[in-house]
Amino acid sequence: MPIILDKILLLIIVFAVGGLLCAIAQLLVVRTKISPARILVVFLIAGIFLETIGVFRYIREFAHAGVTVPIIGFGASLAKGAIEGAKQHGFIGAFSGGLTATALGIGIAVVSSFIVTLAFKPKTK
Amino acid sequence: MLNKTIHKSKNAYFLGKDSVDYARHNSHYVTHTLREMPKTALTHCKVTSKSRQTLFFSNPVYILSGGSVVAKRESKGPVGKYFDKVFEENIKIPFEKEELSMLKKAITLCIDKSKLKISDIDMLFAGDLLNQITSSCFAARDLKIPFFGLYSACSTFTQALASGASFINAGYFDNVACATASHFASAERQFRNPLEYGAQRPPYSQWTVTGAGCTMLSNGGDNDILNIFSNVSPRITSATYGKVVDFGIKDVANMGGAMAPSALDTLICLLSDTGYSVEDFDLIITGDLGKLGSDMLRDLALEQGILLGKNYTDCGVLIYDSTQDCYQGGSGAGCSAVVFNGFILEMIKQKRYKRIALLATGALLSPQSVLQGESIPGICHGVVIEI
Amino acid sequence: MQAEQIKKRNKRYDKYVEAVSPKTAMLPSLAKSFWVGGLTCVIAQIIFELYTLAFPSVSEQAIIGFTLSTIIIIAVFLTGIGVFDKLGRYAGAGAFLPITGFANAMASAGMEFRSEGLIFGSQVKFFSVVGPVLVNGIVWSTVAGLIHSIINAVVG
Repeated sequence: MPIILDKILLLIIVFAVGGLLCAIAQLLVVRTKISPARILVVFLIAGIFLETIGVFRYIREFAHAGVTVPIIGFGASLAKGAIEGAKQHGFIGAFSGGLTATALGIGIAVVSSFIVTLAFKPKTK
Repeated sequence: MLNKTIHKSKNAYFLGKDSVDYARHNSHYVTHTLREMPKTALTHCKVTSKSRQTLFFSNPVYILSGGSVVAKRESKGPVGKYFDKVFEENIKIPFEKEELSMLKKAITLCIDKSKLKISDIDMLFAGDLLNQITSSCFAARDLKIPFFGLYSACSTFTQALASGASFINAGYFDNVACATASHFASAERQFRNPLEYGAQRPPYSQWTVTGAGCTMLSNGGDNDILNIFSNVSPRITSATYGKVVDFGIKDVANMGGAMAPSALDTLICLLSDTGYSVEDFDLIITGDLGKLGSDMLRDLALEQGILLGKNYTDCGVLIYDSTQDCYQGGSGAGCSAVVFNGFILEMIKQKRYKRIALLATGALLSPQSVLQGESIPGICHGVVIEI
Repeated sequence: MQAEQIKKRNKRYDKYVEAVSPKTAMLPSLAKSFWVGGLTCVIAQIIFELYTLAFPSVSEQAIIGFTLSTIIIIAVFLTGIGVFDKLGRYAGAGAFLPITGFANAMASAGMEFRSEGLIFGSQVKFFSVVGPVLVNGIVWSTVAGLIHSIINAVVG
């Protein structure tokens, strides 16, 4: 029983943290007229920064998918890969590590987008 | 003083209530503006002497017929029943081709209604929003009519009418077709995001009209053709070419705000050059300012001492219902074209409007100029149509 | 008219336009972003838990990868059938901030330019929207890696 309660608590935390991040981004959209592309980049760099100073690990342990699913998690795993690569292979690893760590996500996104491009046509609204 | 002249034009479609009240009621910004902005704020727009922007046509330039083609969304709007043809989306062809076929359909419909032959058309004045105005070029190629390509963004339609009327007045041409088209999907691709990209628009943005309209102008050389409108022969009596006016708006979504000053500039020129007052018109209609933009124009005009009452409206406001989720209303080169050729010509036929000023507005921007930090200049061309 | 006057006039007009343009209702739009974004994360977490149960021997890092791949595929499919853009219009940041928005941006750009051909149309435009994310991500993560390797070299 406690396991299920734990899981439910975890899901609530995930919902709250993920939702909060999106709400902050929306606040920026509504209040400052910054374009969504810029906000994505800001959150991405925030993720890279948090990972670089070593804080992101603890946030991830607390919120799990609540921070790995928003783009901030993508930035963090890029940085994590680059840092680990640098540890293992020196300077060369700093260049290859980030992409190696995120290769699965980018690969899946490109291949599935390609298939969808072949299969569907955009509809006028 | 204002109240006296209001009921002069009883035939106006929107009349019925006190015009001052109407302006006050509909433009809830009026009081706000008057407080915020001193009268000197817009001195630029004051025309002290007659400008040379207005051309008067001493020879008759008749409107023979109009053809309008729209898509499903437009056909469900308040003036939807006045359009000649509704296009269903064809999934197989690109949107640009769909725009082209709409434009061709509008031109051929217009020619059919005017009972002329394609060989009678001396010139096609046409334009659209795509790069290098390809839709118009290809339509002219397919129809084999001599072609005069125009680009003035969303104000292309009145530019075409004004240019066609000028050539007819000068005696060079007998019959001239003036057409424009725009398509929501192709305009989105040209100026904004991919269609399936989930992006929010601010509530002050507008919706590009999918549609094409064509008007046939003639010098009336052949007397039979003038009976098409059941003994009403609408004429273009003057045309006011506009200046490019830039009030420094940089938000691409806020087209109404970018174009309203240019509409005011041309409106003032038109009124001072022709000598008409606002009440002399049964209808003053702007092209695609939308709800917000037309309210802004009311405000700006009021500051210059011009009260736009019930006889003023906007094509972008008419074309979509507020329930259709189109934000502030329609925009695009097709907006004024379909509303004019569908709705307004029908009203002229029924003699509900006797004197109309059509002022189509355009925002002269490109995706590059916006990214380079340029502001959005507006332009507005006006024509006066009388029966 | 003097440049100074034009500047003044434009400033006034800008203030006026700013004042009369309707604003997005703040609280409802934040709430929409919140619940859609939160729900996306919750779905991902549930998928993660199910994968953990199904493949107990696989490392946590790999399962996170599978999870993200799954929701990316779902988002790309929703883009294809024309649902995701409605979600995006409804939720704003709730749709574009999660990795699903990244997938949607890529797929929608590819689909949009299909009519210009596969190579010069859709494939050239594939990264037209997500480009900044990839470029910034790669550049700054490399910088992060370099900083760490310098620190390692100096300290260790």
